[in-house]
Amino acid sequence: MKLTLQIWRQPSAEADGNFEIYTVGGVSEDMSFLEMIDQLNRQIVLDGGEPVAFDHDCREGICGMCSMVINGEVHGPIKGTTTCQLHMRSFKDGAKIVIEPFRAKAFPVVKDLAVDRSAFDAIITAGGFITSRTGSAPDGNAILVPKEDADQAMDAAACIGCGGCVAACPNAAAMLFTAAKVTHLGSLPQGQPERRARALSMVQEMDSQGFGNCTNERECEAACPKEISVMTIAQMNRDYLRASIAGDEA
Amino acid sequence: MSAFNSQLNSHSPTGPIEDRWTNHRFDLNLINPANRRKFKVIVVGTGLAGGSAAATLAEMGYEVTSFCIQDSPRRAHSIAAQGGINASKNYQNDGDSTYRLFYDTVKGGDFRARESNVYRLAQVSGQIIDQCAAQGVPFAREYGGYLANRSFGGAQVSRTFYARGQTGQQLLIGAYSALMRQVSAGKVELLPRREMVELVTVDGVASGVVVRNLITGEYERHAADAVLLCTGGYGNVFFLSTNAQASNVTAAWRCHKKGAYFANPCFTQIHPTCIPVSGDHQSKLTLMSESLRNDGRVWVPAKAGDTRAPADIPESERDYYLERRYPSFGNLVPRDVASRASKLECDEGRGIGNTGLAVYLDFADAIKRDGEDAIRQRYGNLFQMYQMITGEDPYRTPMRIFPAVHYTMGGLWVDYNLQTTVPGLFALGEANFSDHGANRLGASALMQGLSDGYFVAPATITAHLASGNVKRVSIDHPAFEEAEAHAKARSNKLLSIQGGRTVEGLHRDLGQIMWDMVGMSRSGAGLRDAISQIRALREEFWSEVRVPGENSHLNPSLEKAGRVADFMEFGELMAQDALNREESCGGHFREEHQTEDGEAARNDEDFSYAAAWEHQGVDKEASLNKEDLTFEYVKPSTRSYK
Repeated sequence: MKLTLQIWRQPSAEADGNFEIYTVGGVSEDMSFLEMIDQLNRQIVLDGGEPVAFDHDCREGICGMCSMVINGEVHGPIKGTTTCQLHMRSFKDGAKIVIEPFRAKAFPVVKDLAVDRSAFDAIITAGGFITSRTGSAPDGNAILVPKEDADQAMDAAACIGCGGCVAACPNAAAMLFTAAKVTHLGSLPQGQPERRARALSMVQEMDSQGFGNCTNERECEAACPKEISVMTIAQMNRDYLRASIAGDEA
Repeated sequence: MSAFNSQLNSHSPTGPIEDRWTNHRFDLNLINPANRRKFKVIVVGTGLAGGSAAATLAEMGYEVTSFCIQDSPRRAHSIAAQGGINASKNYQNDGDSTYRLFYDTVKGGDFRARESNVYRLAQVSGQIIDQCAAQGVPFAREYGGYLANRSFGGAQVSRTFYARGQTGQQLLIGAYSALMRQVSAGKVELLPRREMVELVTVDGVASGVVVRNLITGEYERHAADAVLLCTGGYGNVFFLSTNAQASNVTAAWRCHKKGAYFANPCFTQIHPTCIPVSGDHQSKLTLMSESLRNDGRVWVPAKAGDTRAPADIPESERDYYLERRYPSFGNLVPRDVASRASKLECDEGRGIGNTGLAVYLDFADAIKRDGEDAIRQRYGNLFQMYQMITGEDPYRTPMRIFPAVHYTMGGLWVDYNLQTTVPGLFALGEANFSDHGANRLGASALMQGLSDGYFVAPATITAHLASGNVKRVSIDHPAFEEAEAHAKARSNKLLSIQGGRTVEGLHRDLGQIMWDMVGMSRSGAGLRDAISQIRALREEFWSEVRVPGENSHLNPSLEKAGRVADFMEFGELMAQDALNREESCGGHFREEHQTEDGEAARNDEDFSYAAAWEHQGVDKEASLNKEDLTFEYVKPSTRSYK
């Protein structure tokens, strides 16, 4: 396959960026999308240029590091996958592909296609945990968790923190990310004591990090590589409302 | 061969094995809770070992600085572990016990692990489950709300706890949330996108690190009273492995060059069920959980060179070689045995697919027996992942699988306190060598990382902190100056060469040498050849590599060049260790040492020791130190899976 790529290049957070056009040949349909970029980068390096910077690590869809918008779609055209799991057989020979970084005020570009997602860590720091000292835990079976609650928690906990939900949202909101954590922990008996305080402080932190508001577009759910449901947002809104009215005591 | 230097002291306690950890903890010095804040601890890496250690130490009151190379601590490669985590809870009432988990681990490791450590691991395994459940890790549950278990990797008891196929992810998120709680409490300074490039020692004692800020390219100095290295394994020396792209040996190797011995580097685990290589473009290999072998049958065409489609090969012309060779364990033989068997089939020309480097894993019988729905229930995610990568439907046509490098049992040598030969430097998790011997059992890696991080290191770190041998200096100390200058000079050198070869191309060449000659099957002649080829390649690297860009900004090529440069040195040590070990055991198979029917022949008489290598300089042979391994409880026997 031979492809034309239009890629966002930006030397640093402060510098202006622009699109550059590249052609890359010898692409096999068995290649992953990132291996296709690897191929382009080899070509750029041997031509004396500077390769395209992009975030990636596990290349099996679980670390949440890869983060591209491909032809306007977060993580590309296949539902329920990350960019690293996308393969070139999803594209036609001769295709033109536009590749951009995740764009959001709270995710400034670091370089080219790599962005800074530390705002997500700040949201978790604000309350995305259960306070349990190492060594103080009771026997695992002393806390019974009904299977459906455990399954609901697991569905939400599948979030990989990639930020695709933010990039897909017209308001660059982090509702799905925050709600996934609020729902994960709030679905479990262990998470009840801090449930309201957690919802309050995580939502406040989300706002202060510069993420937008939710206007029920559901683009986040459609883009999520782990297919986290917007029902988690409803859950978070209930917890938040309760906490706002009744205070943060559980 | 290599000169034998000295006998190492593991500081392993004596007495009845079940009392050792309790007695040892009592004997360790304590530090008063109010005094702990005066001690600063550096934790490098935020995987299961690093994340859990940093969180727990901070909770206890120590000042902690935590570093990771990714943009967030939540992305460490522990996240990719699929199968589960072992614990000897005996919730299933099927005869499990601390002793049985200990026994299975020592035997599974082919009698090359330290008994005291393994027993401790089995002892704390239950507490790990308690701790993680309390944190909100959504383990699989029965309908009554109790924790669910499964049997894993051929174990005869159901002791594996799991969270769908994402156990590593969920345990890591648990450790990450505990870590972020301490960040919120102001007890952990978290510095992501930093790579440790030097260990700083003062009078031979670990006193801090130099890290490179990967965004700005600046070198930063951090002084501390102890350094915990939790930087994972070195599987990427093979270029292709199931590891993440950034997984590397650099931090451990820089410590090795500062005096930390490296133990058993030749013990690498090749996982039998991975998706085969599809072409030269391949950048990583994807693991398919070994649980698939519970229902899949492994086979190749009986005749070499048979290129018919699998459906066109009749039963009578297929060879279910694992079932034939190992009638008792069949498709569930341990990882090392299964991997070697498929290599043998491919070497003899019976491999399948375009490359001939694959075997079939066939679910047709299981689907016929249990129905497609039951198989979908069990393996739906994995089948989907397989189809996504290969474009083939495993419900209709057998999967193609081949072994790939997965886990490394070797690592920095540590004593019972997890302290390396550099006082004040500790190594945890996959970065150390201690608990898995020559082969790791399935679902034991997560257990060891969390055992070291939550329970062992937070107790044993006082062995150094309360020793009176702490060398806390200012970051203006000449040792820091020197370390930083060294790191800078190295980056500048890499950038200045501007040769004609990419970092990746050179790494690929190294991987090929390692896979061919230091991989699943090794011979004396091959290993000697590997050493000379690695030396030549290393020379080529330092004269021909082209690293684009500059030091002063995000430069992934420069990062990778530094890591590959270290692999170029480390690969030689691996080959040297494999050459020294004139026996076959666990993940290490020497062609000269096999039984008549091709099974591994271990040599307990001469090699019942951990080989801890001491750096003598690049291009010089490392010198060998031994820790004799004695087995008071589990008497060495030959593993037989026939």
